[in-house]
Amino acid sequence: MLKKDFLLKVGLAEMLKGGVIMDVTNPEQAKIAEDAGAVAVMALERIPADIRADGGVARMSNPKMIKEIQKAVSIPVMAKCRIGHFAEAQVLQTLGVDFIDESEVLTPADEKNHIWKHSFKVPFVCGCRDIGEALRRIGEGAAMIRTKGEAGSGNIVEAVRHMRSVQGSIRHIQTLSDDELMAYAKNIGAPVDLVIYVKENGKLPVPNFSAGGIATPADASLMMQLGAETNFVGSGIFKSEDPAARAKAIVLATTHYDDPDVVARASEGLKEAMPGLEMSAIPEEEQLNKRGW
Amino acid sequence: MNIGILALQGDYAKHARAVEELGHSALCLKKPITLQKCDKLIIPGGESTAIIRLIEKLELRAALQDFGAELPVMGTCAGLILLSKIPGKLPFSSLGLLDIEIERNAYGRQIDSFIDTVQLELNGQHIEFEGVFIRAPKIKKTGKNVLPLGRHGTDVVMVREKNILACTFHPELADDLRVHDYFISSVK
Repeated sequence: MLKKDFLLKVGLAEMLKGGVIMDVTNPEQAKIAEDAGAVAVMALERIPADIRADGGVARMSNPKMIKEIQKAVSIPVMAKCRIGHFAEAQVLQTLGVDFIDESEVLTPADEKNHIWKHSFKVPFVCGCRDIGEALRRIGEGAAMIRTKGEAGSGNIVEAVRHMRSVQGSIRHIQTLSDDELMAYAKNIGAPVDLVIYVKENGKLPVPNFSAGGIATPADASLMMQLGAETNFVGSGIFKSEDPAARAKAIVLATTHYDDPDVVARASEGLKEAMPGLEMSAIPEEEQLNKRGW
Repeated sequence: MNIGILALQGDYAKHARAVEELGHSALCLKKPITLQKCDKLIIPGGESTAIIRLIEKLELRAALQDFGAELPVMGTCAGLILLSKIPGKLPFSSLGLLDIEIERNAYGRQIDSFIDTVQLELNGQHIEFEGVFIRAPKIKKTGKNVLPLGRHGTDVVMVREKNILACTFHPELADDLRVHDYFISSVK
């Protein structure tokens, strides 16, 4: 893996900072997302809330649908493959997808290994719940990390838990002395050189975005204030009563996350958000954030 | 010097770091009022459609155009698209401060992004620079007052028209401050 190739991958992630990436299932939704100011769209056949409701095995989207979405918009198009399913990733790379999400939202194909992402030219984003998982994914070649949250829940609580965990660990690592770094790396199951990077730089080596439960402009502001550099919004937009208006409001709240007046104005006049689920209503074995190793 | 960096979306933090490494203050701005404190302005890389919508929504257009009518502005990638007169298909018109015509995503998708040496002409000096091109645009035509300052093969990749400087690549992602230094010290 050349250093240059990784710089190009992380470079695209840098361009998406401060924006909103929206889940879409057809070209019409992709247009709505682009018109609302999304910096990228995630093309998938069913949004997480529907995957959860429908059950069954969730797989990579049909290439035809991805191509239609690529034709409909000029912003980057992302798509998901199953954890460990490198053949799906090869197909997505051939299609010219701009970013691949190796995602826990789809049914995992490998319960031990993730994809070795360094061997691809296309950049990958992967989910994490904590710093160890984040650094393992970066070690495998992920160019962007997103804290997982709980996709399709409309409930921000897991997103907050995971973001606080990662940010708290970054602060903790900076307090470690050099001779504590190896034991720390061993305990969290992460490559020691990446732990050293975090200690020296006070941040992950790649941009860190937030996902899984954002449903309102205030949710978007909250995640940015907790340290997210961009927000992924999935079911929150197209499961609400007014997708176009809500998409615009969430974009505005993400840009002006630190200005409550703007967040208030963005929230005014919106119709009902998606209903959402209490975490206690989702059985442990059905929680998507537990997938990934 | 106070260098303003339009911080609506994109890699503005990378520009801020470059500016600070050169010993100047970086002011990341989202509101027109901050422009009053700035000596120069940088419009960063990012998604041009998303940034132009925010410029429109947040009523920044007039303030940015007034600033660029007199004071130095640099745009990189999406920033160059926003400065151009003819930007291709955008949801709102661009700022029109630079007499060039653009083809967006002219090299293709992310898989076609690349890093390669570009030839620059800064203050009469010929230099080689590592050009990071990410879903980059191409400059199709330049007006008569536009000076080409950078080339990659036959493509013009950096231009200047009086106080406006722009490039299709990302100097803020290269480990090299010479383009920022040229903008801050020589573009007036």
